[in-house]
Order: sequence, then structure tokens, then C-alpha cells
Amino acid sequence: MDNRDYFWLVVIIIILAAAGWVVQSPKYPIVRGLDLQGGLQVLLEADLPSDQAVTPEQMDTARQIIDQRVNALGVAEPLVVTEGERRILVELPGINNPDEAISLIQETALLEFIDTGSQPLPEGMCVRTSSHEGPVRCELESGKTITDTIASPAPTFETVMTGASLRTAESQRDQLGNYSVSFELYPDEADFFADYTRNHQGQFLTIVLDNQVISSPRINSAIEGGRGSITGQFTLEEARKLALQLRFGSLPVPLRIESTRQIGATLGEISISSSIRAGVIGFAVVLLFMLVYYRLPGFLADVALIGYALLNMAFFMLIPITLTLPAITGFLISAGMAVDANILVFERMKEELRRGSSLREAILTGFDRAWTSIRDSNIATLVISFILWIFGRNFGASTVQGFAYTLAIGVLISMFTAVFVTRTFVRIFMGRSSAKLQKMKWLLGV
Amino acid sequence: MFNLVQGRRKYFAFSGILIGLGIAAMIYSFITTGAAFPLGVDFRGGTRFEIQFEQPVEEKAIEDVFAQFDLTHNSIIALRGESLENAWQIRTKFVTPEQAQEITDALERELSPLKPDTTSVQSVSPSVGGEVTNAAFTAILVAAVVILVYIMLAFRQVPNSFRYGASAVAAMIHDLFVIFGFAALMGMLRGWEVDALFLTAVLTVAGFSLQDTIVVFDRIRENIVKRPFEKYETVVNRSILETIHRSLATQLNAMFVMVAILLFGGASIKPFIAVLFVGMLSGTYSSIFTAVPLLVSWEKGEIPFVKG
Repeated sequence: MDNRDYFWLVVIIIILAAAGWVVQSPKYPIVRGLDLQGGLQVLLEADLPSDQAVTPEQMDTARQIIDQRVNALGVAEPLVVTEGERRILVELPGINNPDEAISLIQETALLEFIDTGSQPLPEGMCVRTSSHEGPVRCELESGKTITDTIASPAPTFETVMTGASLRTAESQRDQLGNYSVSFELYPDEADFFADYTRNHQGQFLTIVLDNQVISSPRINSAIEGGRGSITGQFTLEEARKLALQLRFGSLPVPLRIESTRQIGATLGEISISSSIRAGVIGFAVVLLFMLVYYRLPGFLADVALIGYALLNMAFFMLIPITLTLPAITGFLISAGMAVDANILVFERMKEELRRGSSLREAILTGFDRAWTSIRDSNIATLVISFILWIFGRNFGASTVQGFAYTLAIGVLISMFTAVFVTRTFVRIFMGRSSAKLQKMKWLLGV
Repeated sequence: MFNLVQGRRKYFAFSGILIGLGIAAMIYSFITTGAAFPLGVDFRGGTRFEIQFEQPVEEKAIEDVFAQFDLTHNSIIALRGESLENAWQIRTKFVTPEQAQEITDALERELSPLKPDTTSVQSVSPSVGGEVTNAAFTAILVAAVVILVYIMLAFRQVPNSFRYGASAVAAMIHDLFVIFGFAALMGMLRGWEVDALFLTAVLTVAGFSLQDTIVVFDRIRENIVKRPFEKYETVVNRSILETIHRSLATQLNAMFVMVAILLFGGASIKPFIAVLFVGMLSGTYSSIFTAVPLLVSWEKGEIPFVKG
């Protein structure tokens, strides 16, 4: 019990202040899961015979295309991730038109070749095309629908050809080691394309997918016989991706819906208000119990516990962790473990005091001896959370994963607050005046 | 000193009866419904609708609407609780999202308007359901093995460390049977389903159970070294008594939180919390009245087929 305790007290105060700043900062909002704000979850699987291989590139391209589409839906925090080898999980929280979303995810995208004259367009740029006039999805800001007026409409370009004319496309590597993409048109289209490229040499033929630019190659020479190639500074990866996009126009693999979850927004609101109420009441009773049962050390543990809640919130916002009902439960359970750690220590302290030790010794022994129990049981809980996390990861049970995350984070933080923070508090506020405190038995709850 | 481990035969008998009742509930449920407890769509595959009408609706009328879509043999349950007036849960075989939409449209058209934004629909294809079930079994098995090994390592300096691991796992299995029985019972009484969250509860209970057991075992480990001349039974008994305050205080605290969630929390999570709650009670009980007495019985060679 020396000056190092004061040093650590300052460190603890700084850490808690930082956590408090994160919690109140609007820069780090809480991410609410589907069950707390309503929304749609869809698990898609490659609709191919199980012996037919699906490459990671195909799945990733499909994921990117779906990601682009759902981004245009105006959902605040859409989540599109591949799961395992053949699955894609889509989560659209807060969405109020699930049917539109589902058809949008499954629909095939439109691949177009547009005439952009002497001007190459940057990748990702949003354009309108002559094949279907009017506003397009990628122009919309989030939250807007297609019927709203658009402040600065995207430029419109002439469609030369659509993906329907393209027979195949493949990535290849020349003798110099450069990657390119070769393509082949259907015979009916070959003459038209040869004419077009002859007349537009030196100009740019931009490729767009769902009205977004994916590549803007220059026509170097007339392409006769329906076979040509796109060269450029491609990496192997880029060449493959472009080839896939050209070949499939839309999704590189057909996808079928394996599971869906649809939760009404009102249900989410009911859940969130009731869980906040339950959490606050439960927490308050625990704080009260610790204060009544353990008195002064209980009060110090309460302060540490409030710090614990604050730190957890800060981590949930920083990482960020998507809060669902199970995730909140995981947090509350880990709070129970944080309390348990203090109970272990304080019971040990009481025991030592009853045995006639001085308060000073009791504090030292209490923290020292209780540590092995705290460590062993916390490691066991971490192992369980890890198994839950793996289990949840394998099949899109994001509810299970949320629980595993918050439980594990909570246990780790509890080792800091319930052991280190409480110990520093106890050493400073009880250890320093231990001789005086020793006589005030009611304050110690012995 | 109060001798707690003396009455171990009574504790074992009590646990036996409790687990026996649970197994009976599971068998009864298996005979009547074909599953030990009602499996949710997560495991079985299928579609679950939760809808709330503006006006009261007859069960038969709902059944008829579903029958129009060739969906018969559905389970239709009226939900009860705060803000759940005219709310129903309907479980059918797997339907696509488009079909689900047509069905809810038909319900709205033919029966009563639905409360806006309160509909929830969950669909899982049978193949995913099967995978989840397999993964669940694997998860429980892996957890049991990891825990056994972990305790053996943590107690390697204590004589017969294997016994500690085995007794802790036995207590854990005890708790799992208690909550399985509870799930079967509540499935029959209230229509609760076993879903992915139930599995989460199972593994968490396994963790709780272990945590309680470790605290007592940890004290035994300490006392064996401190009092080398005391009888094993006495050391064990002393360890239980020394840790019982902590067990009760911790149990009480966990109860505060869980009762708060049960009383005031969201309806969808109540079965999950109730299972956790029962499992936690069982976990504290089993660490004192199963795991530790088992150690003593083992030491005395009372367990059939197992050498002392």
C-alpha cells in the first residue's frame, strides 16, 4: 500500500474518463441488432449440386454485387458477409419493405457497354444509360426511394451492347506476365461490334454493372470476328474479377434462400424499452445488495461495477458490437461474474477478519487467495464463449455469436475492474486507515 | 462442525428423482410428439409466423387460411402476455419469403387487419436445420471434453486429479439433464421451443456449473495442503462450509438480475432466461450436493465399478 496505488488510481480515472467520453460521443453510436430495431435477415446458399465446386472468388463477387444492391436500399447498417464456402448472410436492420429487398437480392444485374466518347470514367461512378431512362438506384442517397426527385442527376450515356451479347470471358496471362481479360461475343453480334469498334477507335467503351462503372477500357483497334481482349495494369485478382463480372453479368453463382428472419420494427422497440428497464432494475438491486451486505468494501465494489458497465458500453460502441437481446443478456451475465469476483474476495476478507487477522492482512490475503478461483472460473467461461462463437459462426446464428462476444468481453473487463480496480480502491480507501477502520465493524459488514 | 457430506446418499437420491422426472417428461414428449422437446425451426427447419391481429380471431379461421396454401398440420398457439393481445404463433413447414408474404396478406384480407410492424417470420430450410443440430451436439461434446481436460490440468498437483475433472463433468451433466427436463416440461405446458438460444443457455449453464464447482474444488485444493493430517471427508466438508457464503451471495445476485429480466424484459427472451435461471440454481446445488459428495464417495470406494 504505497504511492503506486495513487499512480494506478490516476490511470483508472483516466481510463474511465475515456470510456465516459466514448459513451457520450455521438461519433460512436450503439449498433442495434435485428431484434432491437426490426429488420430482415436472409441466408443465401449457392444453388448448385453439392459436388460442384464454388470458388471463393465467385462467392466474393456475388457478395460484392449484393452489397452494392442493398447499399442502394438506404439501410443504415447493412451487413453482407460470406459464411463458410457456399453461403452469404445478408442483414438489413430497420428495413420496412422486406419483399422488395428479397427480390432485389435475388434479381440478376444488368451488364452494359456504354459509349463514353473520349472520356474514361472512374470505377464505381454512377451513370444513367439509354436502355432504361430515368433515375437509377445507385444515384439515391440512403433513405430515399426511386420516386423522390434527385438533386444532381447522373449523366446519361448511349448503351452500345448489353451483357446478353457476351458469350464468355476469361482472365489470361501473356508472355510478359501481364494479365488481361479475353472475351467472345455471340456470332450474331460480331459484325455489329466490329463496325462499332472500327468507327470509335481511340474512344472509351465503358463497362457498367447495375449502372455502376466497373471498367473503362479504350478501343485500341477494331475487334473483328467477335473475339477481343481488355488489357491494362491488372493484377491476377482484378483480371479474374472482371472476367467473372463480364461472364455472369449478374451473380456469378445462382443463389437460393436457405433461411430468413423478419422482425417488425414495433417488436424491436418493445424489446429495447423492456430490456433497458429490466437491466436497470436488475443492476440497481445488485448494487444495493453489495452495499447492504458488504458495506464499505461493497460500496467500493459498486463504484468499480459502474465503471465496469461504462467500460463495456464503450467497447460495444468502439468495436462495434451489434447489440441484440442475447448480447445484452451476455453482458448482464458477465456483470454477474464481475460481482462474483468481488464476493469471492470479500468473503475471504471476512473469513480472515473473523479468524483474527488485522484488516491489512485480510485485504492482502483476500485478493491473493481469491485470485486462483476467479482466474480458473473466468478461463472456463472464456473457453465456453469461444465454443459458442465457433458454433454461431458456422451457420449464421448471429444471435449466438452476439452472446458469446459480450460474455467474453465482459469477463475480460471484469478481471480488470473487479480485481484490479476494486483492489486499488480498497487499498487506498481501506488499507491506509486500516487501524481506525478495524474497530468500525459495521462498516466492514463482519 | 456441521457435516454436509454425510447425507450424500440422500442428495444423490434427490438428484436421481429430479433427473428421472425430467427424463420421464422427455419420454412422454417423445411418444406424443416424436421429439424429446419441441424443436424450434432453427433445428427442425420450417417457418414460424408471429403475428398480431387488431381484433380477436378464431384458431379455426387461421387454420383455414393456411389450408388454402396447402399447409395443414400446423401448430397454432395463442401467445399470452403484456402487449400480446390477439397475437398468434404459427409453425408450418418451410415456405419461401414470397409465399409467407402471400399468407400474411391473406390473413389480413380474410380475418382482421394486422398490427403494423409487429409481424415476425422466421424460415429455415430443413438442410440448414439438420446442420445446426449436428453442430449443437458437437459443441456440447467439445465443451465437456475441454472442461474435463482443463480441470485435470488445473488440479494436477492434487492426488487423483482425474476424479476432480470427472466429478465436475458429472455435476455439469446433472445440470444439463435438469434443464433438458425443464425444457421438455415447459414444452408440454407452455409450448416453449428449443432453438439456437436454448443451446446458448445449455453451454452457459455448463459454464456456471463449472464455475461453482471450481470455487469449492479450489478451496479443497488449498485445505488439503494446509491440513495434511485431517481426514479427506473433513477437509472436503470444511471447504464447502467455507465457500457457502460466497455461493449463496453469488446465486442471490444472479437471481436479482434474472428475475428482473423475467418480470420486465422482452417476451421473446423469457424462455432463454428461465432456462438459465433453473440451470444456475441447479449449478449451485450440484457443485455442493453432487460434485463434492462424489469426490468423497469415490475416495471411500462407494461408487460401483470404480476403484477408490
